[in-house]
Amino acid sequence: MENKDKRVIVVGGGVAGMQTALLLRERGAEPIIVEREERLGGKLAGWHKLFPTFTPAGEVLEPLRGRVAEAGIEVRTGRTVEEVTPTGVVLNGGERLDGAATVVCSGFEVFNARIKEEYGYGIYDNVFTTVDIERMMNEGRVRTAQGNEPRRIAFLHCVGSRDEKVGAHHCSKVCCITGVKQAIEMKELFPTAEVYNFYMDIRMFGPGYEELYRKAQLDYRINFIRGRISEASQTIDGWVQIKAEDTLIGRPLRMSVDMLVLIVGMKGGASNGAFARSGGLTVAPNGFMQPRDAFFGNVASERDGIFYAGAVTAPKNIGECLNEGAAAAERVAAYLKL
Amino acid sequence: MPQFGFSISQPRAVNLDTNDTVPAERILQEVPELQCCIACGSCTATCTAGNLTSFNFRRMHTLVRRGEYREVYEQLEKCMLCGKCRLVCPRGINTRAVALKIKKTLCDY
Repeated sequence: MENKDKRVIVVGGGVAGMQTALLLRERGAEPIIVEREERLGGKLAGWHKLFPTFTPAGEVLEPLRGRVAEAGIEVRTGRTVEEVTPTGVVLNGGERLDGAATVVCSGFEVFNARIKEEYGYGIYDNVFTTVDIERMMNEGRVRTAQGNEPRRIAFLHCVGSRDEKVGAHHCSKVCCITGVKQAIEMKELFPTAEVYNFYMDIRMFGPGYEELYRKAQLDYRINFIRGRISEASQTIDGWVQIKAEDTLIGRPLRMSVDMLVLIVGMKGGASNGAFARSGGLTVAPNGFMQPRDAFFGNVASERDGIFYAGAVTAPKNIGECLNEGAAAAERVAAYLKL
Repeated sequence: MPQFGFSISQPRAVNLDTNDTVPAERILQEVPELQCCIACGSCTATCTAGNLTSFNFRRMHTLVRRGEYREVYEQLEKCMLCGKCRLVCPRGINTRAVALKIKKTLCDY
């Protein structure tokens, strides 16, 4: 078997991409990772700690980066993929990379909170997203726009998820637990602050998640209010006034907070359309790529030679992305008869 | 003065900026597990008083936690402290104690 028959193009160098490439290399393939950012890591590079264990994101990211470097896997950073086919990809600028198979691990996009204008992200000073909070935590300084320690924080679940108005019927699945995790982190940073989580449903799908939710209620005294915030406005002193219905008592509710955090959901990747056109693939109605089937074909596309791993096909957590990387590597190895 | 049949509606919104949460805090200190209520409604479903009157225990303790006491004390008169609600609570909340504490705390309210 010649070297080029073992070459596999991995589109995206996040968790799923790195895991796929590492396991393909172990099986004797020649993976090459194409990453649009300057460094490997994907979205994980911007996160601080991981639910539900509060594991520092670096403890997952750094070993992956280290092992990719150690294994001598070829990496092209700062390059985007314009077209995918079973026999290679076309990069921006027109360069073609040939391979015997392609694994699309291009992940997801974070919902742009500005679209939900009624919450005032980008308009009012003290409206943030969960991504901003992760960044502030990484910088080691969480403060309101006025530079104060927050005293009253509201989290709003399902921003960009389960919302017909932004064309998203799907549940982004990991945001509930992210909201609970960040609420706890806030309470640890600012023990005297009041924390409120406004939710429509609390969906705790993973091991240890429901337990963490219970802990947030019992040990951290975080207030969970069932009701979606309908609008936010800025008060004269720079606080944010929010309105919601407390649906459990059936009455409207209002309060002001010095920090409103929008728990933003996951969207299908912006390049999915181009991948579908060039590769003969399908973008599912939820904007994510459509895998071959939901049971035995999770990491396969509808076309032989193109595979998927990670959040490109649906919202997933880090552990699931790592598992899919392994599953995709196995599937590719079988396809290449390695 | 002649009455024309007009009246002014009081605002119905719960205002968490102005509500007094001290009595609620006192109740939560005694029965802290009330904080982990998931509003399943089992307590209300099994409640004898709730089956015969408009008494809704789930709604009552939620109102208390939001610092709304107006109708609660009066409503809790309907509770017979039978404790059936405690038997069915999936979160292990001592709901009977919650009812008792609400009665006691709001007495002097």
